[in-house]
Amino acid sequence: MNTSPAVECRDLTYMFKDFAAVSGLDLTVEQGQIVGLLGPNGAGKTTTIRVLNTLLPIQTGSVHIFGLDAARQKMAVRRLIGYVPQQLSIEAALTGRQNVELFARLFDIPRKQRTDRVNEVLAAMNLLDAADRPAGGYSGGMVRRLELAQALVNAPALLILDEPTVGLDPVARDSVWERVRFMRDEVGTSVLLTTHYMEEADQLCDAVALMHRGQLRAFGAPADLKAALGPGTSLEDVFRYHTGDTLEATAKGGMGNVRSTRRTARRVG
Amino acid sequence: MSEAPVVQHAALAEQRTVSSLTLLPRRAWTFCLVEIQKLRHDRLELVTRAIQPVLWLVIFGETFTHIRMIPTGNVPYLDYLAPGIIAQSGMFVAIFYGVLMVWDRDAGILAKLLVTPTPRAALVAGKSFAATVRALVQVVIVLITAALLGVALTWNPIRLLGAASIVALGTIFFACLSMMIAGLVKNRDRVMGIGQAITMPLFFASNALYPVALMPKWLQVISKVNPLSYEVSALRGLLIGLPTNLWLDYAVLIVAATVMILWSSRLLDRMAQ
Repeated sequence: MNTSPAVECRDLTYMFKDFAAVSGLDLTVEQGQIVGLLGPNGAGKTTTIRVLNTLLPIQTGSVHIFGLDAARQKMAVRRLIGYVPQQLSIEAALTGRQNVELFARLFDIPRKQRTDRVNEVLAAMNLLDAADRPAGGYSGGMVRRLELAQALVNAPALLILDEPTVGLDPVARDSVWERVRFMRDEVGTSVLLTTHYMEEADQLCDAVALMHRGQLRAFGAPADLKAALGPGTSLEDVFRYHTGDTLEATAKGGMGNVRSTRRTARRVG
Repeated sequence: MSEAPVVQHAALAEQRTVSSLTLLPRRAWTFCLVEIQKLRHDRLELVTRAIQPVLWLVIFGETFTHIRMIPTGNVPYLDYLAPGIIAQSGMFVAIFYGVLMVWDRDAGILAKLLVTPTPRAALVAGKSFAATVRALVQVVIVLITAALLGVALTWNPIRLLGAASIVALGTIFFACLSMMIAGLVKNRDRVMGIGQAITMPLFFASNALYPVALMPKWLQVISKVNPLSYEVSALRGLLIGLPTNLWLDYAVLIVAATVMILWSSRLLDRMAQ
Protein backbone atom coordinates (compact mmCIF):
# COMPACT_ATOMS: atom_id res chain seq x y z
CA MET A 1 0.00 0.00 0.00
CA ASN A 2 1.37 3.40 -0.98
CA THR A 3 1.41 5.57 2.13
CA SER A 4 3.76 8.25 0.79
CA PRO A 5 2.45 11.82 0.92
CA ALA A 6 0.68 13.04 -2.18
CA VAL A 7 3.22 15.87 -2.41
CA GLU A 8 6.48 16.18 -0.56
CA CYS A 9 8.85 18.94 -1.55
CA ARG A 10 12.00 19.75 0.33
CA ASP A 11 14.15 22.86 0.12
CA LEU A 12 12.67 23.75 -3.26
CA THR A 13 14.19 26.82 -4.89
CA TYR A 14 13.37 28.15 -8.34
CA MET A 15 15.26 31.05 -9.88
CA PHE A 16 14.28 33.24 -12.84
CA LYS A 17 17.77 34.54 -13.63
CA ASP A 18 18.70 36.40 -10.41
CA PHE A 19 15.20 36.42 -8.95
CA ALA A 20 14.18 33.65 -6.55
CA ALA A 21 10.50 32.97 -7.33
CA VAL A 22 10.51 30.13 -4.79
CA SER A 23 13.06 29.93 -2.02
CA GLY A 24 13.75 26.92 0.22
CA LEU A 25 10.15 25.69 0.21
CA ASP A 26 9.20 22.67 2.34
CA LEU A 27 5.65 21.51 1.72
CA THR A 28 3.76 18.29 2.38
CA VAL A 29 0.28 17.36 1.17
CA GLU A 30 -0.96 14.18 2.81
CA GLN A 31 -3.09 11.71 0.87
CA GLY A 32 -6.74 12.78 0.73
CA GLN A 33 -6.04 16.34 1.90
CA ILE A 34 -7.10 19.59 0.28
CA VAL A 35 -4.26 22.07 0.70
CA GLY A 36 -4.54 25.70 -0.36
CA LEU A 37 -1.55 27.78 -1.42
CA LEU A 38 -2.28 31.38 -0.46
CA GLY A 39 -0.28 34.49 -1.02
CA PRO A 40 -0.23 37.82 -2.80
CA ASN A 41 0.65 38.04 -6.47
CA GLY A 42 4.30 37.22 -7.01
CA ALA A 43 4.42 35.09 -3.86
CA GLY A 44 5.59 32.09 -5.90
CA LYS A 45 2.36 30.04 -5.83
CA THR A 46 2.06 29.46 -9.57
CA THR A 47 5.79 28.76 -9.94
CA THR A 48 5.53 26.20 -7.13
CA ILE A 49 2.59 24.53 -8.84
CA ARG A 50 4.38 24.49 -12.18
CA VAL A 51 7.40 22.81 -10.63
CA LEU A 52 5.24 20.24 -8.82
CA ASN A 53 3.35 19.31 -11.99
CA THR A 54 6.64 18.93 -13.96
CA LEU A 55 6.06 21.95 -16.23
CA LEU A 56 9.19 23.59 -14.82
CA PRO A 57 12.40 21.70 -14.02
CA ILE A 58 13.50 21.17 -10.42
CA GLN A 59 16.55 23.42 -10.10
CA THR A 60 17.31 22.92 -6.41
CA GLY A 61 15.69 20.69 -3.81
CA SER A 62 13.49 17.65 -4.28
CA VAL A 63 9.87 16.92 -5.18
CA HIS A 64 8.17 13.57 -4.64
CA ILE A 65 4.61 12.83 -5.78
CA PHE A 66 3.25 9.71 -4.04
CA GLY A 67 6.88 8.74 -3.47
CA LEU A 68 7.88 9.17 -7.13
CA ASP A 69 10.80 11.47 -7.84
CA ALA A 70 9.37 14.26 -10.02
CA ALA A 71 12.81 14.99 -11.48
CA ARG A 72 13.51 11.45 -12.67
CA GLN A 73 10.10 9.84 -13.07
CA LYS A 74 8.25 12.63 -14.86
CA MET A 75 6.07 10.41 -17.04
CA ALA A 76 4.96 8.29 -14.07
CA VAL A 77 4.25 11.44 -12.05
CA ARG A 78 2.19 12.94 -14.89
CA ARG A 79 -0.02 9.85 -14.94
CA LEU A 80 -1.01 10.60 -11.32
CA ILE A 81 -1.81 14.29 -11.84
CA GLY A 82 -4.84 16.19 -13.07
CA TYR A 83 -4.06 19.86 -13.73
CA VAL A 84 -6.26 22.89 -14.28
CA PRO A 85 -4.29 26.04 -15.14
CA GLN A 86 -5.23 29.60 -14.26
CA GLN A 87 -6.53 30.51 -17.73
CA LEU A 88 -9.80 29.15 -19.07
CA SER A 89 -8.21 26.79 -21.56
CA ILE A 90 -10.33 24.62 -23.77
CA GLU A 91 -10.54 23.93 -27.50
CA ALA A 92 -13.46 26.21 -28.34
CA ALA A 93 -13.99 24.58 -31.76
CA LEU A 94 -14.58 21.15 -30.22
CA THR A 95 -17.61 19.98 -28.28
CA GLY A 96 -17.39 19.46 -24.52
CA ARG A 97 -17.29 15.69 -25.06
CA GLN A 98 -14.50 15.95 -27.65
CA ASN A 99 -12.49 18.12 -25.24
CA VAL A 100 -12.71 15.45 -22.54
CA GLU A 101 -12.09 12.60 -25.00
CA LEU A 102 -8.85 14.28 -26.06
CA PHE A 103 -7.51 13.98 -22.52
CA ALA A 104 -8.85 10.43 -22.13
CA ARG A 105 -6.75 9.50 -25.14
CA LEU A 106 -3.68 11.40 -23.91
CA PHE A 107 -3.90 9.43 -20.66
CA ASP A 108 -4.20 6.17 -22.64
CA ILE A 109 -7.53 5.15 -21.16
CA PRO A 110 -8.39 1.91 -22.99
CA ARG A 111 -10.93 2.31 -25.78
CA LYS A 112 -13.50 0.02 -24.11
CA GLN A 113 -13.55 2.15 -20.96
CA ARG A 114 -13.19 5.53 -22.65
CA THR A 115 -16.81 6.32 -23.49
CA ASP A 116 -18.04 5.33 -20.04
CA ARG A 117 -15.27 7.25 -18.32
CA VAL A 118 -15.92 10.40 -20.37
CA ASN A 119 -19.66 10.17 -19.65
CA GLU A 120 -18.96 9.63 -15.95
CA VAL A 121 -16.86 12.77 -15.54
CA LEU A 122 -19.19 14.86 -17.70
CA ALA A 123 -22.09 13.72 -15.52
CA ALA A 124 -20.10 14.39 -12.34
CA MET A 125 -19.48 17.94 -13.59
CA ASN A 126 -23.14 18.31 -14.54
CA LEU A 127 -22.27 18.81 -18.21
CA LEU A 128 -23.86 15.79 -19.83
CA ASP A 129 -26.73 17.79 -21.35
CA ALA A 130 -24.34 20.28 -22.95
CA ALA A 131 -21.69 17.68 -23.88
CA ASP A 132 -22.34 17.70 -27.62
CA ARG A 133 -22.43 21.48 -28.02
CA PRO A 134 -19.30 23.38 -29.10
CA ALA A 135 -17.41 24.38 -25.96
CA GLY A 136 -17.02 27.88 -27.40
CA GLY A 137 -20.64 28.49 -26.42
CA TYR A 138 -20.14 27.55 -22.76
CA SER A 139 -20.33 30.08 -19.92
CA GLY A 140 -17.23 30.71 -17.78
CA GLY A 141 -18.48 28.38 -15.06
CA MET A 142 -19.21 25.63 -17.56
CA VAL A 143 -15.76 26.01 -19.10
CA ARG A 144 -14.19 25.62 -15.65
CA ARG A 145 -16.27 22.52 -14.96
CA LEU A 146 -15.27 21.17 -18.37
CA GLU A 147 -11.65 21.71 -17.44
CA LEU A 148 -12.22 19.83 -14.21
CA ALA A 149 -13.78 17.00 -16.24
CA GLN A 150 -10.67 16.95 -18.44
CA ALA A 151 -8.43 16.85 -15.38
CA LEU A 152 -10.50 14.11 -13.72
CA VAL A 153 -10.93 11.79 -16.69
CA ASN A 154 -7.68 10.07 -15.71
CA ALA A 155 -9.01 9.47 -12.15
CA PRO A 156 -5.93 11.36 -10.90
CA ALA A 157 -4.61 10.71 -7.43
CA LEU A 158 -3.58 14.37 -7.18
CA LEU A 159 -5.56 17.29 -8.54
CA ILE A 160 -3.64 20.55 -9.00
CA LEU A 161 -5.74 23.66 -9.50
CA ASP A 162 -4.26 27.09 -10.15
CA GLU A 163 -6.80 29.80 -9.18
CA PRO A 164 -9.73 27.62 -10.26
CA THR A 165 -12.41 30.19 -9.44
CA VAL A 166 -10.85 33.47 -10.48
CA GLY A 167 -13.18 35.43 -12.77
CA LEU A 168 -16.19 33.22 -11.98
CA ASP A 169 -19.48 34.45 -10.54
CA PRO A 170 -20.43 33.21 -7.03
CA VAL A 171 -22.77 30.50 -8.33
CA ALA A 172 -20.15 29.09 -10.70
CA ARG A 173 -17.55 29.33 -7.93
CA ASP A 174 -19.74 27.35 -5.54
CA SER A 175 -20.30 24.65 -8.12
CA VAL A 176 -16.53 24.29 -8.68
CA TRP A 177 -15.85 23.99 -4.94
CA GLU A 178 -18.69 21.52 -4.57
CA ARG A 179 -17.04 19.30 -7.21
CA VAL A 180 -13.62 19.60 -5.59
CA ARG A 181 -15.12 18.56 -2.24
CA PHE A 182 -16.87 15.66 -3.93
CA MET A 183 -13.57 14.42 -5.38
CA ARG A 184 -11.91 14.55 -1.98
CA ASP A 185 -14.79 13.00 -0.02
CA GLU A 186 -16.07 10.37 -2.45
CA VAL A 187 -13.02 9.51 -4.52
CA GLY A 188 -10.19 10.23 -2.10
CA THR A 189 -8.38 12.58 -4.48
CA SER A 190 -5.70 14.77 -2.92
CA VAL A 191 -5.98 18.42 -3.97
CA LEU A 192 -3.46 21.23 -4.11
CA LEU A 193 -4.88 24.58 -5.17
CA THR A 194 -4.13 28.26 -5.18
CA THR A 195 -6.77 30.86 -4.46
CA HIS A 196 -7.20 34.51 -3.59
CA TYR A 197 -10.47 33.90 -1.77
CA MET A 198 -9.74 33.60 1.95
CA GLU A 199 -13.27 32.63 2.96
CA GLU A 200 -13.30 29.76 0.53
CA ALA A 201 -9.86 28.58 1.58
CA ASP A 202 -11.08 28.69 5.17
CA GLN A 203 -14.11 26.53 4.44
CA LEU A 204 -12.64 24.15 1.88
CA CYS A 205 -9.02 23.47 2.80
CA ASP A 206 -7.77 20.98 5.37
CA ALA A 207 -4.56 23.01 5.50
CA VAL A 208 -3.30 26.23 4.00
CA ALA A 209 0.24 27.25 3.12
CA LEU A 210 0.84 31.00 3.26
CA MET A 211 3.55 32.06 0.84
CA HIS A 212 5.19 35.44 0.58
CA ARG A 213 8.12 36.46 -1.61
CA GLY A 214 8.82 32.86 -2.53
CA GLN A 215 8.94 31.60 1.03
CA LEU A 216 6.55 29.59 3.16
CA ARG A 217 5.48 31.88 6.02
CA ALA A 218 2.95 29.61 7.72
CA PHE A 219 1.39 26.19 7.28
CA GLY A 220 -1.45 24.50 9.12
CA ALA A 221 -5.18 23.96 9.44
CA PRO A 222 -7.06 27.26 9.05
CA ALA A 223 -8.56 26.83 12.53
CA ASP A 224 -5.11 26.31 14.10
CA LEU A 225 -3.60 29.30 12.32
CA LYS A 226 -6.49 31.51 13.42
CA ALA A 227 -6.38 30.21 17.00
CA ALA A 228 -2.67 30.99 17.20
CA LEU A 229 -3.47 34.69 16.67
CA GLY A 230 -6.23 34.77 19.26
CA PRO A 231 -10.01 34.63 19.36
CA GLY A 232 -12.09 36.29 16.66
CA THR A 233 -9.27 36.14 14.12
CA SER A 234 -10.14 35.52 10.49
CA LEU A 235 -7.94 33.82 7.90
CA GLU A 236 -7.64 37.25 6.32
CA ASP A 237 -6.01 38.50 9.57
CA VAL A 238 -3.66 35.50 9.53
CA PHE A 239 -2.77 36.30 5.94
CA ARG A 240 -2.09 39.95 6.78
CA TYR A 241 -0.08 39.00 9.85
CA HIS A 242 2.23 36.63 7.99
CA THR A 243 2.64 38.52 4.74
CA GLY A 244 2.54 42.07 6.04
CA ASP A 245 0.28 42.72 3.05
CA THR A 246 -3.32 43.78 2.76
CA LEU A 247 -6.01 41.94 0.94
CA GLU A 248 -6.93 45.19 -0.76
CA ALA A 249 -3.47 45.38 -2.28
CA THR A 250 -3.63 41.73 -3.18
CA ALA A 251 -6.99 42.16 -4.78
CA LYS A 252 -5.63 45.10 -6.78
CA GLY A 253 -2.69 42.99 -7.86
CA GLY A 254 -5.04 40.15 -8.58
CA MET A 255 -7.30 42.18 -10.85
CA GLY A 256 -4.82 41.76 -13.69
CA ASN A 257 -5.38 38.03 -13.50
CA VAL A 258 -9.11 38.42 -13.15
CA ARG A 259 -9.26 40.68 -16.19
CA SER A 260 -7.04 38.34 -18.17
CA THR A 261 -9.22 35.38 -17.27
CA ARG A 262 -12.38 37.28 -18.16
CA ARG A 263 -10.83 38.15 -21.52
CA THR A 264 -10.15 34.46 -22.04
CA ALA A 265 -13.69 33.65 -20.97
CA ARG A 266 -15.01 36.05 -23.60
CA ARG A 267 -12.69 34.51 -26.20
CA VAL A 268 -13.86 30.97 -25.57
CA GLY A 269 -17.43 31.88 -24.98
CA MET B 1 -9.80 10.97 4.43
CA SER B 2 -9.52 7.52 2.92
CA GLU B 3 -6.38 5.82 1.72
CA ALA B 4 -7.95 3.05 -0.30
CA PRO B 5 -9.16 5.14 -3.23
CA VAL B 6 -5.74 6.75 -3.56
CA VAL B 7 -4.00 3.39 -3.78
CA GLN B 8 -6.54 2.42 -6.38
CA HIS B 9 -5.65 5.56 -8.41
CA ALA B 10 -1.96 4.70 -8.32
CA ALA B 11 -2.68 1.13 -9.39
CA LEU B 12 -4.85 2.39 -12.23
CA ALA B 13 -2.11 4.66 -13.46
CA GLU B 14 0.41 1.83 -13.37
CA GLN B 15 -1.83 -0.40 -15.46
CA ARG B 16 -2.02 2.32 -18.06
CA THR B 17 1.74 2.63 -18.49
CA VAL B 18 2.19 2.37 -22.23
CA SER B 19 5.29 1.33 -24.13
CA SER B 20 7.12 4.37 -25.43
CA LEU B 21 7.25 2.68 -28.84
CA THR B 22 3.48 2.82 -29.19
CA LEU B 23 3.17 6.32 -27.71
CA LEU B 24 4.21 8.14 -30.89
CA PRO B 25 1.60 6.58 -33.21
CA ARG B 26 -1.06 6.85 -30.46
CA ARG B 27 -0.38 10.54 -29.90
CA ALA B 28 -0.07 11.25 -33.62
CA TRP B 29 -3.48 9.66 -34.18
CA THR B 30 -4.98 11.60 -31.25
CA PHE B 31 -3.85 14.96 -32.59
CA CYS B 32 -4.87 14.04 -36.14
CA LEU B 33 -8.32 13.13 -34.82
CA VAL B 34 -8.61 16.47 -33.04
CA GLU B 35 -7.64 18.24 -36.28
CA ILE B 36 -10.28 16.29 -38.21
CA GLN B 37 -12.87 17.20 -35.56
CA LYS B 38 -11.90 20.88 -35.81
CA LEU B 39 -12.07 20.78 -39.61
CA ARG B 40 -15.54 19.24 -39.45
CA HIS B 41 -16.65 22.19 -37.34
CA ASP B 42 -15.10 24.74 -39.71
CA ARG B 43 -15.27 23.50 -43.31
CA LEU B 44 -15.34 27.02 -44.72
CA GLU B 45 -11.73 27.53 -43.61
CA LEU B 46 -10.59 24.72 -45.90
CA VAL B 47 -12.18 26.36 -48.90
CA THR B 48 -10.83 29.84 -48.11
CA ARG B 49 -7.32 28.49 -47.52
CA ALA B 50 -7.41 26.62 -50.84
CA ILE B 51 -8.14 29.81 -52.78
CA GLN B 52 -4.52 30.96 -52.90
CA PRO B 53 -2.98 27.77 -54.38
CA VAL B 54 -5.87 27.50 -56.82
CA LEU B 55 -5.20 31.09 -57.95
CA TRP B 56 -1.53 30.27 -58.43
CA LEU B 57 -2.50 27.42 -60.73
CA VAL B 58 -5.24 29.25 -62.59
CA ILE B 59 -3.63 32.68 -63.04
CA PHE B 60 0.13 32.18 -62.79
CA GLY B 61 0.09 28.70 -64.32
CA GLU B 62 -2.20 29.48 -67.24
CA THR B 63 -0.40 32.75 -68.05
CA PHE B 64 3.10 31.29 -68.03
CA THR B 65 1.93 28.28 -70.02
CA HIS B 66 0.76 30.64 -72.77
CA ILE B 67 3.79 32.92 -72.87
CA ARG B 68 6.19 29.91 -72.75
CA MET B 69 8.89 31.87 -70.92
CA ILE B 70 10.04 29.02 -68.71
CA PRO B 71 11.63 26.09 -70.56
CA THR B 72 10.24 22.81 -69.21
CA GLY B 73 11.07 20.47 -72.10
CA ASN B 74 8.19 18.40 -73.42
CA VAL B 75 6.08 18.99 -70.36
CA PRO B 76 3.50 21.82 -70.46
CA TYR B 77 4.34 24.48 -67.87
CA LEU B 78 1.04 23.98 -66.04
CA ASP B 79 1.87 20.28 -65.55
CA TYR B 80 5.34 21.25 -64.38
CA LEU B 81 3.93 23.82 -61.97
CA ALA B 82 1.13 21.73 -60.39
CA PRO B 83 3.40 19.59 -58.11
CA GLY B 84 5.16 22.80 -57.03
CA ILE B 85 1.85 24.38 -56.03
CA ILE B 86 0.83 21.21 -54.18
CA ALA B 87 4.07 21.38 -52.17
CA GLN B 88 3.57 25.10 -51.65
CA SER B 89 0.04 24.68 -50.31
CA GLY B 90 1.31 22.15 -47.72
CA MET B 91 4.11 24.50 -46.75
CA PHE B 92 1.74 27.46 -46.37
CA VAL B 93 -0.46 25.42 -44.00
CA ALA B 94 2.54 24.23 -41.99
CA ILE B 95 4.65 27.36 -41.75
CA PHE B 96 2.09 29.12 -39.55
CA TYR B 97 1.54 26.16 -37.24
CA GLY B 98 3.86 27.75 -34.71
CA VAL B 99 1.33 30.59 -34.37
CA LEU B 100 -1.25 28.03 -33.22
CA MET B 101 1.30 26.68 -30.77
CA VAL B 102 1.82 30.16 -29.27
CA TRP B 103 -1.97 30.59 -29.19
CA ASP B 104 -2.23 27.28 -27.28
CA ARG B 105 0.50 28.49 -24.95
CA ASP B 106 -1.20 31.82 -24.25
CA ALA B 107 -4.55 30.07 -23.72
CA GLY B 108 -3.07 27.57 -21.22
CA ILE B 109 -3.87 24.61 -23.48
CA LEU B 110 -0.18 23.82 -24.07
CA ALA B 111 0.50 23.68 -20.32
CA LYS B 112 -2.28 21.12 -19.90
CA LEU B 113 -0.93 19.04 -22.79
CA LEU B 114 2.60 19.16 -21.37
CA VAL B 115 1.36 17.78 -18.04
CA THR B 116 -0.09 14.68 -19.73
CA PRO B 117 2.14 11.60 -20.12
CA THR B 118 3.20 12.65 -23.60
CA PRO B 119 6.90 12.83 -24.48
CA ARG B 120 7.79 16.22 -25.98
CA ALA B 121 8.84 14.64 -29.28
CA ALA B 122 5.51 12.79 -29.48
CA LEU B 123 3.63 16.03 -28.83
CA VAL B 124 5.51 17.90 -31.55
CA ALA B 125 5.22 14.95 -33.95
CA GLY B 126 1.52 14.62 -33.15
CA LYS B 127 0.90 18.31 -33.79
CA SER B 128 2.85 18.19 -37.06
CA PHE B 129 0.89 15.09 -38.15
CA ALA B 130 -2.25 17.09 -37.45
CA ALA B 131 -0.89 19.78 -39.81
CA THR B 132 -0.57 17.11 -42.51
CA VAL B 133 -4.28 16.30 -42.16
CA ARG B 134 -5.10 19.92 -42.96
CA ALA B 135 -2.49 20.07 -45.73
CA LEU B 136 -3.69 16.86 -47.38
CA VAL B 137 -7.31 17.99 -47.45
CA GLN B 138 -6.14 21.17 -49.15
CA VAL B 139 -3.96 19.20 -51.58
CA VAL B 140 -7.01 17.22 -52.69
CA ILE B 141 -8.69 20.50 -53.70
CA VAL B 142 -5.56 21.57 -55.62
CA LEU B 143 -5.33 18.16 -57.33
CA ILE B 144 -8.94 18.36 -58.47
CA THR B 145 -8.37 21.91 -59.78
CA ALA B 146 -5.24 20.76 -61.63
CA ALA B 147 -7.14 17.87 -63.19
CA LEU B 148 -9.92 20.25 -64.28
CA LEU B 149 -7.30 22.51 -65.90
CA GLY B 150 -6.10 19.52 -67.94
CA VAL B 151 -2.90 18.65 -66.06
CA ALA B 152 -1.85 15.11 -67.02
CA LEU B 153 -1.71 13.72 -63.48
CA THR B 154 -1.36 10.05 -62.69
CA TRP B 155 -4.36 8.38 -61.04
CA ASN B 156 -2.33 5.33 -60.02
CA PRO B 157 -3.35 4.83 -56.36
CA ILE B 158 0.12 3.73 -55.27
CA ARG B 159 1.71 6.81 -56.82
CA LEU B 160 -0.98 9.01 -55.24
CA LEU B 161 -0.29 7.39 -51.89
CA GLY B 162 3.43 8.03 -52.42
CA ALA B 163 2.65 11.67 -53.22
CA ALA B 164 0.57 11.96 -50.04
CA SER B 165 3.47 10.58 -47.99
CA ILE B 166 5.83 13.12 -49.59
CA VAL B 167 3.43 15.99 -48.82
CA ALA B 168 3.14 14.66 -45.25
CA LEU B 169 6.93 14.61 -44.79
CA GLY B 170 7.30 18.12 -46.18
CA THR B 171 4.46 19.40 -44.01
CA ILE B 172 5.95 17.78 -40.90
CA PHE B 173 9.28 19.48 -41.64
CA PHE B 174 7.78 22.94 -42.12
CA ALA B 175 5.33 22.60 -39.20
CA CYS B 176 8.21 21.64 -36.90
CA LEU B 177 10.33 24.49 -38.30
CA SER B 178 7.48 26.83 -37.40
CA MET B 179 7.10 25.30 -33.92
CA MET B 180 10.86 25.62 -33.44
CA ILE B 181 10.61 29.34 -34.28
CA ALA B 182 7.68 29.58 -31.85
CA GLY B 183 9.83 27.95 -29.15
CA LEU B 184 12.53 30.55 -29.75
CA VAL B 185 10.46 33.73 -29.94
CA LYS B 186 7.32 32.73 -27.94
CA ASN B 187 5.27 35.54 -29.49
CA ARG B 188 2.45 35.21 -32.00
CA ASP B 189 3.26 38.35 -34.01
CA ARG B 190 6.93 37.47 -34.27
CA VAL B 191 6.21 33.90 -35.38
CA MET B 192 3.81 35.32 -37.96
CA GLY B 193 6.41 37.87 -39.12
CA ILE B 194 9.21 35.32 -39.39
CA GLY B 195 6.83 32.88 -41.13
CA GLN B 196 5.95 35.53 -43.71
CA ALA B 197 9.62 36.49 -44.10
CA ILE B 198 10.82 32.96 -44.86
CA THR B 199 7.88 31.51 -46.82
CA MET B 200 8.45 33.28 -50.12
CA PRO B 201 12.28 32.95 -50.07
CA LEU B 202 11.89 29.20 -49.40
CA PHE B 203 9.37 28.96 -52.23
CA PHE B 204 11.34 30.97 -54.79
CA ALA B 205 14.65 29.33 -53.81
CA SER B 206 13.29 25.94 -54.78
CA ASN B 207 12.39 24.20 -58.03
CA ALA B 208 8.65 24.79 -57.44
CA LEU B 209 8.23 27.44 -60.16
CA TYR B 210 11.17 26.89 -62.53
CA PRO B 211 13.99 24.41 -63.17
CA VAL B 212 17.03 24.77 -60.91
CA ALA B 213 19.25 25.08 -64.01
CA LEU B 214 17.76 28.54 -64.68
CA MET B 215 18.88 29.85 -61.30
CA PRO B 216 22.17 31.66 -60.64
CA LYS B 217 24.79 29.41 -59.05
CA TRP B 218 24.39 30.78 -55.52
CA LEU B 219 20.65 30.20 -55.64
CA GLN B 220 21.22 26.67 -56.94
CA VAL B 221 23.25 25.97 -53.78
CA ILE B 222 20.38 27.20 -51.59
CA SER B 223 17.94 25.14 -53.63
CA LYS B 224 20.09 22.04 -52.99
CA VAL B 225 19.70 22.41 -49.21
CA ASN B 226 16.05 23.44 -49.35
CA PRO B 227 13.82 20.45 -48.44
CA LEU B 228 11.02 21.98 -50.54
CA SER B 229 13.07 21.20 -53.70
CA TYR B 230 13.21 17.51 -52.81
CA GLU B 231 9.49 17.49 -52.04
CA VAL B 232 8.70 19.07 -55.43
CA SER B 233 11.06 16.72 -57.29
CA ALA B 234 9.45 13.68 -55.69
CA LEU B 235 5.95 14.98 -56.47
CA ARG B 236 6.91 15.61 -60.11
CA GLY B 237 8.30 12.08 -60.33
CA LEU B 238 5.24 10.50 -58.75
CA LEU B 239 2.46 12.64 -60.25
CA ILE B 240 3.63 13.53 -63.77
CA GLY B 241 6.43 11.01 -64.30
CA LEU B 242 9.42 13.38 -64.56
CA PRO B 243 12.77 11.73 -63.74
CA THR B 244 13.89 12.05 -60.11
CA ASN B 245 15.95 10.19 -57.53
CA LEU B 246 13.01 9.14 -55.35
CA TRP B 247 15.21 7.41 -52.76
CA LEU B 248 17.25 10.56 -52.28
CA ASP B 249 14.08 12.68 -52.05
CA TYR B 250 12.59 10.39 -49.40
CA ALA B 251 15.89 10.15 -47.49
CA VAL B 252 16.35 13.94 -47.37
CA LEU B 253 12.76 14.56 -46.29
CA ILE B 254 12.77 11.81 -43.63
CA VAL B 255 16.07 13.03 -42.15
CA ALA B 256 14.95 16.69 -42.30
CA ALA B 257 11.59 15.92 -40.65
CA THR B 258 13.20 13.78 -37.92
CA VAL B 259 15.87 16.35 -37.12
CA MET B 260 13.28 19.11 -36.99
CA ILE B 261 10.94 17.08 -34.71
CA LEU B 262 13.81 16.47 -32.27
CA TRP B 263 15.04 20.06 -32.47
CA SER B 264 11.63 21.66 -31.94
CA SER B 265 10.72 19.23 -29.15
CA ARG B 266 13.82 20.36 -27.26
CA LEU B 267 12.48 23.91 -27.37
CA LEU B 268 8.98 22.96 -26.26
CA ASP B 269 9.73 23.25 -22.54
CA ARG B 270 10.88 26.84 -23.14
CA MET B 271 7.36 27.64 -24.28
CA ALA B 272 5.90 26.51 -20.95
CA GLN B 273 8.20 28.82 -18.98
